[in-house]
Parts: sequence; structure tokens; C-alpha cells
Amino acid sequence: MANFDQELDATGLNCPLPILRAKKTLSSMASGQILHVIATDPGSVKDFDAFAKQTGNTLLESKEEGGKFHFLIKKS
Amino acid sequence: MDQKKLAIIATKGSLDWAYPPFILASTAAALGYEVQVFFTFYGLQLLKKKLSLEVTPLGNPGMPMPLGMDKWFPVLGLALPGMQALITSMMKQKMKQKGVASIEELRALCLEADVKLIACQMTVDLFDMPTSEFIDGIEYAGATTFFEFAGDSDICLYI
Repeated sequence: MANFDQELDATGLNCPLPILRAKKTLSSMASGQILHVIATDPGSVKDFDAFAKQTGNTLLESKEEGGKFHFLIKKS
Repeated sequence: MDQKKLAIIATKGSLDWAYPPFILASTAAALGYEVQVFFTFYGLQLLKKKLSLEVTPLGNPGMPMPLGMDKWFPVLGLALPGMQALITSMMKQKMKQKGVASIEELRALCLEADVKLIACQMTVDLFDMPTSEFIDGIEYAGATTFFEFAGDSDICLYI
């Protein structure tokens, strides 16, 4: 996993909480910084992709590891 | 790019139907939408400070019932006193267990994200609902006010 500036543990949370928490965390970050989100909601895979497309933030990485989903989002 | 707009009319006051308006409003706000929700009739229950939302299996054949209750419990049994409270507490327990947000939490997230919540003044008057029972930070207005926003919205939903 590449470097990141902040980490958000959204494990155990269901739709739409991972996205809402990610949005909140991103708003406190500076442009260009990277957020690492860990989630267990299987729906979050498609949702983070859609979130990035609609908000202009970049989804650098999306992968599953040990039953958890990891996302790296670069703030626009 | 112009900010997109989502307008929602929330008309239902049960625990299950409380979710769609708040989930969609909070998510849209997170995606950068400007959002307004107009609460009318039973939807006004969703704006109470103290929420006492319940879910009923009555007249709702699509509701998945715990312990196969829909198989061995006749419809009349579901009308027994206390059954609605029981089903509601089972549903809340299930939601907590699955990491589903509470309505209070989603509503707070909406307010935090500047989602505008509007209570239908006509219904408030109709049911003699004291405004002191409603949360702060909401507006009281009528259909015309809603159309001012909804008329320019990209998405408009009736829930």
C-alpha cells in the first residue's frame, strides 16, 4: 500500500456511512493529500469508484485484502 | 460546473421509510449536491426532536420476518398488542448489528452538510403539532417555497 496522509477506519459501517465519513475526512485535508479508507461493506467498492467520479477526487487504488476493502483517494 | 440539486418530498413516518430520504439527502450532499427535503403529513415525524419511529409488518407482505414468523404466524397475530414494538426493536437491533446508521445520526449528518429541511406549515397546523417538538435549524413553509427549489432541481423524488 502506497503512502497516505490520513487513514479512516470505516469497518463495520454500512452504506452510506463509509462515503459520508470519507467525505468529512477529505474536507479537512489539503488538495493533493491522500486518504486511506478501510471498509468491510462490499457495496463500498462500487460506491468509492462512483464517489471519485462525481466529486473529482482521484481513486488511486481499490483492493480487497483479508476480507477488507482498501481505498486510496487523492483529494482534488 | 453548476452545483447539482436534489429535491425530496418525504411523506412517510415509519422507521423503514425514514431511511430513503435521509440516506439519499446525506449522500447527495457528500457528492456536492445542494439538497432540500420537504416533510409533509406523516413525514413530519422525522423532524421530531425525540424520534419514536416504528415499523409494522401489517399490510407489508414484502417485509422479511425474523425466525420465519411469516410462515407460522397468522396475519392477525401480527396485529396483537406489543407486536409492533417487538418487531421495531428487532429491526433496530438488526440495523445496529449490521452497521446501519440510526435515523438520528443520518439526520445530524444532513444538517451538518447544510441539507435544508423544510416542514410543511399546512400539516403542522392541521395536526396541531407544537413546533417546540421539532428539531432546531428547520424551516416552515409551503408548496410554493418547495417549487422555487424543486423547479430548478436535477433530481426530484417523492418518498
